[in-house]
Amino acid sequence: MRYLPHTDHTRRAMLDTIGVASIDDLFEQAGAPLQQPPTSLPPHKSEMEVEQHLAALSGLNRAAGAGAFFVGCGAYRHHVPASVDHLIQRSEFLTSYTPYQPEISQGTLQYLFEFQTQVANLLGSEIANASLYDGSTGCGEAVLMAQRIKKKKKALLSGNLHPHYAGVVKTLSHMSSFLVDQSEVVPGQAATADLIAKIDDETSCVVVQTPDVFGSLYDLREIADAAQAKGALLIAVVTEVVSLGAVQAPGDMGADIVIAEGQSIGNGLNFGGPYLGLFACRQKYVRQMPGRVCGETIDADGKRGFVLTLSTREQHIRREKATSNICTNSGLCCLAFSIHMALLGELGLKKLAKLNHSKAIQLSKALTEIEGVEVLNQSFFNEFTVRLNKPAEPIVERLAEKNILAGVPASRLWPDQKPLDNLLMLAATETVSEAHIEELCTGLKEVLDA
Amino acid sequence: MLNNKGRETRPQESTKDLTEPQDSYSGHKGLLMNEPLLFEVGGLDKTGVDLPECAETETLLGGLERKDEIGLPGLSEPEAVRHYVRLSQQNYAIDSGFYPLGSCTMKHNPRLNEKMARLPGFTDIHPLQPQSSVQGALQLMEELSHWLVELTGMDSIALSPKAGAHGELCGMMAIKAALEAANSSRNIVLVPESAHGTNPATAAQLGFKVASIPADDDGTVRASAVQTAIEENGAETIAGIMLTNPNTCGLFEREIKAIADAVHDAGGYFYCDGANFNAIMGRVRPGDLGVDAMHFNLHKTFSTPHGGGGPGSGPVVLSERLSAFAPLPFLQKSDDGLTLVEDLDNGESDSPSDAQPFGRLTAFHGQMGMYVRALSYILSHGLDGLAQASGDAVLNANYIRTRLKDLLNQPFGDQACMHEVLLDESSLADSGVTTLDIAKRLIDEGFHPMTIYFPLVCKGAMLIEPTESESQTSIDLFVETLASLIKEALAGENEEAFHQAPIHTPRRRLDETAAARKPILRYESSSD
Repeated sequence: MRYLPHTDHTRRAMLDTIGVASIDDLFEQAGAPLQQPPTSLPPHKSEMEVEQHLAALSGLNRAAGAGAFFVGCGAYRHHVPASVDHLIQRSEFLTSYTPYQPEISQGTLQYLFEFQTQVANLLGSEIANASLYDGSTGCGEAVLMAQRIKKKKKALLSGNLHPHYAGVVKTLSHMSSFLVDQSEVVPGQAATADLIAKIDDETSCVVVQTPDVFGSLYDLREIADAAQAKGALLIAVVTEVVSLGAVQAPGDMGADIVIAEGQSIGNGLNFGGPYLGLFACRQKYVRQMPGRVCGETIDADGKRGFVLTLSTREQHIRREKATSNICTNSGLCCLAFSIHMALLGELGLKKLAKLNHSKAIQLSKALTEIEGVEVLNQSFFNEFTVRLNKPAEPIVERLAEKNILAGVPASRLWPDQKPLDNLLMLAATETVSEAHIEELCTGLKEVLDA
Repeated sequence: MLNNKGRETRPQESTKDLTEPQDSYSGHKGLLMNEPLLFEVGGLDKTGVDLPECAETETLLGGLERKDEIGLPGLSEPEAVRHYVRLSQQNYAIDSGFYPLGSCTMKHNPRLNEKMARLPGFTDIHPLQPQSSVQGALQLMEELSHWLVELTGMDSIALSPKAGAHGELCGMMAIKAALEAANSSRNIVLVPESAHGTNPATAAQLGFKVASIPADDDGTVRASAVQTAIEENGAETIAGIMLTNPNTCGLFEREIKAIADAVHDAGGYFYCDGANFNAIMGRVRPGDLGVDAMHFNLHKTFSTPHGGGGPGSGPVVLSERLSAFAPLPFLQKSDDGLTLVEDLDNGESDSPSDAQPFGRLTAFHGQMGMYVRALSYILSHGLDGLAQASGDAVLNANYIRTRLKDLLNQPFGDQACMHEVLLDESSLADSGVTTLDIAKRLIDEGFHPMTIYFPLVCKGAMLIEPTESESQTSIDLFVETLASLIKEALAGENEEAFHQAPIHTPRRRLDETAAARKPILRYESSSD
């Protein structure tokens, strides 16, 4: 077996040192009842065989890069520079663990410190942690944090929050016994009246996504004021962080906690994971923040260095009194994010954002020309919603047969809401070409006319 | 001696002792480069990405244009490459040396896994594109599920948890959902003292009350202690137990079946923390021991890279009693292929009628990138290779235990361990040298230290997990080095060298107290 260094000879020698006859005997001495292993499982394979098998499975999937592609709703296909993937595969990054020994982990710690600064600046917040699993779990953690701070038991969610994110919060609400209220779903509009009306004295936090799952952009100031007036925190959720190169940051608009899915920068689609949750908040809440944090300090020689800090919040010290049960962060995905962001810089990010926005405008103009298609959004970044004159899901399936991945039908996310059945959400990033837009429009006309 | 270009070809004989390393003018030391922060080397007017020009000037941003300076410095590509290569060189890694970090299973990360995870059909597919266009991905998930279910002798699996602690949450949520379905108000979860901190934190997050169970003198939990705890709290209050097996002391819980029986008889469920599955994979099936739910850490047992602290992946296997309560989404086979059931309200008549999912744990479907790597590892090993790997891991740990047992104390007596060996600092009591000092000296010797001060059940714990990836030569050097350090400490001649260590590292011991007291969590330019 190519991954095991021992030979029968070294195994024998080591068993002799220990003074047992066999490895099985060691298990027996340790009290582990050896069982007949299941025989349905096959024996080892050569590297070539494994590669052939997995390549065959990979070949059954339609990769985004293999044609027209407009799918978004929380995960976005962007171009990632080649140097990003090269650098994250450096052995010292890829095969190290949590920096428990800071003297030999300054590489990881320094990039986490840089990452935290990038995230705080990007989201317009005072501080950020070293990431959580992804945006959706970060959203759940933010709601729990708001309850710790406000000691109130109700979370109010915008109806236009990504239903998977809302689902995570609802699971937690059921399991950790708190209440969830939600405003009405308003596709294509940054409608806040119903949401604001629902804020009451029991509300610990208001959760608003911008751009929302339909693509609309929000001026958060009014909601922030309304929430804070009732003693609640505003939690802003961003699933497309490239938008922050063009649109005002939630922290700057008054959000107390900002959660974002960081996948768009540096990370591939990967069928949903691994991704990284960006988590930022006001400085005064630092000791209620979940997850790992890296801080600056000095070493015995007085040189600047970095360590994991504020661990007294965490499970390994606090056990059942911890702020969260979270142990890991999303290290390598943070690194990919941080490298890509360092390559872009402010200049590149703003340009990338502009490019995305213009592609989406181009797409929306082209779609408006088609009979039976109505663009609903008044504002958007790189994603918007259209209403078709028939249910969207079969249309998307038909287009997929033509090698066009047209977007996400609303029924995929709200299977039980018939009025949304004709809605389709489409995203256009910098990777979309004019030819793709033309292909989509031609295909869509054919399918709608059929 | 000079060559024909007039250049010396032999080092000059040293005339004085250069024991004190001097600070360099550049801040670098030979191959070890000091690297300033991104914010000190980058510029707001610089970028390392060339993007196509954008002609469109119209905007539809609802009047929310961002006009401020964001504060994100850029680097050209050569500068970025150098910045991160230099940072990488300040890290220790499995690829560079022995990394016996107990309870973390720092095994070799095969590069085949990385190559497979980057196939476009896995890395470049969207979680919400039509399921008909991702059947290969669903087949891969199904294949991994089959392996994990078979290896554990369990009934079903929930793949989506994002990491080990998330898997714990998933397993305990399934237990809570099962209790609710039975209208039960049981709320006590038994947790041994030696458990990892995530166990009690998870139970508490779900509103369970944690009752601690002491370990016996041999480091394992007695069924009688569990029985006592059940009786003290009342059998009707027991929701379940969270037990790690092999436990955090590296010992197999010998009475695990009796413990499972006691908990089941009381009407509770058995959650097993599978962080240490590497010790038993292909040899012992938790399902046969009475386990109801167990998470894996794919980044430990199945070699997906630890990546400086994640991303992890924590699938959970469930017993028949808990299967119906698995979270969304879950895989389902039909004549048309595989379906990922994302919602039960979608009117699909083919959903299993008994499914009562407790909800959604995360957006989308979990850590696909990790599933590919784990399956690549599993297929490469096969059942025979996995059993050999766990066997070698146990062999290596016991070899280290045997070779060090005259120098370091085993807190629970001289007994065979599983894949990791727990030692403590008691034999060093009079030397003035602590576990921390030993760890820091090991750094100077070129090793990553073992896990220290965990588990909390003994004073100055040293938990050594060699994994199956180490050769005898590599282990011998570690053992001999550690033995020499212990002897040096016991001789009491060089105590200061222990307290000062490490000295051959990019940074020396860091002031963690200062860091926590006045946290500096982001860069602020000194001009601010």
